[in-house]
Amino acid sequence: MAEVKSSGPGAEVTTQPRAVAEPKTGLQRLLAQYGVSYAFLLPYMIFFFAFLIIPVGVAIWLSFTYFNMLEPPRIIGWSNYRLLFLEDDIFVLSIRNTLFFAFITGPVSLTASFLLAWFINQIRVRTIYALAFYAPSLTSAIAMAVVWRIVFSGDRYGYMNYFLMRMGFIQEPFLWLIDQRTMLPVIMFVMLWMSMGNNFLVFLAGLQTVNTELYEAGKVDGIAHPLQEMWYITLPSMKPQMLFGVINAVVLMFSAGFEISLSLAGLPSPLYAAHMILSHLYDYAFIRFEMGYAAAIAVILFIITFGIGQGALRLLSTKDE
Amino acid sequence: MIIRVGRFKMTSGEFTTIAALTILAAFMSLPLIFVVSHALKPIDELFLFPPRFIVRNPTLRNFQDLLIATYSLNVPFIRYIFNSVFVAFCTVLGGVLLASLGAYPLAKHNFPGRHAIFIVVIAALMFTPQVTAIPRYLVVYQLGIIDTYFALVLPNLAIPYALFLMKQFMEQIPAALIESAKIDGATEWTVFWRVVMPLVTPAWATLVIIIFVGTWNDIWAPLVFTRTESMRTLPIALQTLISQGSVARQGAYAAATFIMITPPVVLFTLVQRRVIATMAHSGIKA
Repeated sequence: MAEVKSSGPGAEVTTQPRAVAEPKTGLQRLLAQYGVSYAFLLPYMIFFFAFLIIPVGVAIWLSFTYFNMLEPPRIIGWSNYRLLFLEDDIFVLSIRNTLFFAFITGPVSLTASFLLAWFINQIRVRTIYALAFYAPSLTSAIAMAVVWRIVFSGDRYGYMNYFLMRMGFIQEPFLWLIDQRTMLPVIMFVMLWMSMGNNFLVFLAGLQTVNTELYEAGKVDGIAHPLQEMWYITLPSMKPQMLFGVINAVVLMFSAGFEISLSLAGLPSPLYAAHMILSHLYDYAFIRFEMGYAAAIAVILFIITFGIGQGALRLLSTKDE
Repeated sequence: MIIRVGRFKMTSGEFTTIAALTILAAFMSLPLIFVVSHALKPIDELFLFPPRFIVRNPTLRNFQDLLIATYSLNVPFIRYIFNSVFVAFCTVLGGVLLASLGAYPLAKHNFPGRHAIFIVVIAALMFTPQVTAIPRYLVVYQLGIIDTYFALVLPNLAIPYALFLMKQFMEQIPAALIESAKIDGATEWTVFWRVVMPLVTPAWATLVIIIFVGTWNDIWAPLVFTRTESMRTLPIALQTLISQGSVARQGAYAAATFIMITPPVVLFTLVQRRVIATMAHSGIKA
């Protein structure tokens, strides 16, 4: 953490040249010419590296150790990973829950965000609709639990049970938040409700930047229906926004699910039916203080989210256009 | 086909779209309307079965209960509110400042390493922040700031999302504008504050709302970095109220939910237009 002491650009000039053979003048020239740029970036970079980049590296290292915060970390090789995948049934369950959750809510949420933005873009009064769809994403999952607990209450007066019984779909009240078959779907429903957030706005704004000449050219080429227009013109010209949207959605799906799960199903949830990777991470890191083991969980989560992000980057690349 | 509603004319397609969107918007707003109505319910309506959706005799009694009585929470509720407001304020101030300062050279200067830095920032967009929770905890622990406001603010100041949006928006500023200011003798520092920052008002208004909402609703940082009750923030206080779940506290709970949810929504309505203007430049061309 020595870098927090903010040794300005000047300090580097006097200490660095001896370590590197040739660039004494080179480094000085670099700083004279670009020092201002680096100085502007410095404050962000200090925090960025101290709290994001270096911690990722440290997490990878810790995942190969046994570390309980009391004794110094002890290297134990792959044994955390072996334990996770071969012995820890609850972890495997948490991966299954998280992937199921993310691979359904993620794409559904993205599609819904885009379609809503597209429809809103067709009409003249936009502000009020944009607010109505966006506002849920501003709410805290913990706070909204007050509503969802009443809606999905297990007695006959919960709104969901009341409605379904009135309509004759079920005869007996259903324990939505306790039954292991419905716990996760309920959490996914809540997630979808509050997921038309920044992505929805990104798409809404993106739609306004699509070059209108393309639409006219499309008409000449015989594109008649608005849906054709959306598929052949709008979607391809919005690849950059899509990419940003997918990356946001991945992060949201893998982190927000935990909060909703915590507030509606508790930690641990009954029979671990709503146990997320993050629930497992939190449990081992900050309740049991098995930091090495928890770091291995973090690394696996990192690989999953980063992998999906890289996949999206390939898929939605605009480099060759 | 043209449909007339009062003095407005619209096509049938537009009419259908508006009708469908209105129904969906109303449906999605129900939970929020419920929160407002619930907070205003007197105690007998709170326990009514089946639960009544809209309050019949609204009262502010629940807020009074929440603010005056401390129930079994160990600190007065106003302390949680203060903590949340203070932490959000500092994080917003620091986060917007760091992102703006960092975005300026990335958008407008040409220097060695610029591309590499931007690649790392894009990559960091894909991190789930909790991945770094353990090493962050160790850093905070080593700095000796566990259970202080510093622990709630410092680790959350460098936000890749904020830097990215700011950089994209700053790229729209014409280079000529910056050049002419420099010819007039302005330093980079003056250019930044006098020329660049006033031009990117929509972007920093957007960052204010995004960072505020993120911090205000965050449960992870207070859960991990604080130990004493007096350092906890609103979401944790709410979670405690939920888990205690006693009958006497239902009114206070409803009021607390209202307090938790209102500020982000109000703040967003104030800056909505600017947020959409900023998001227009958010695409990643990679």
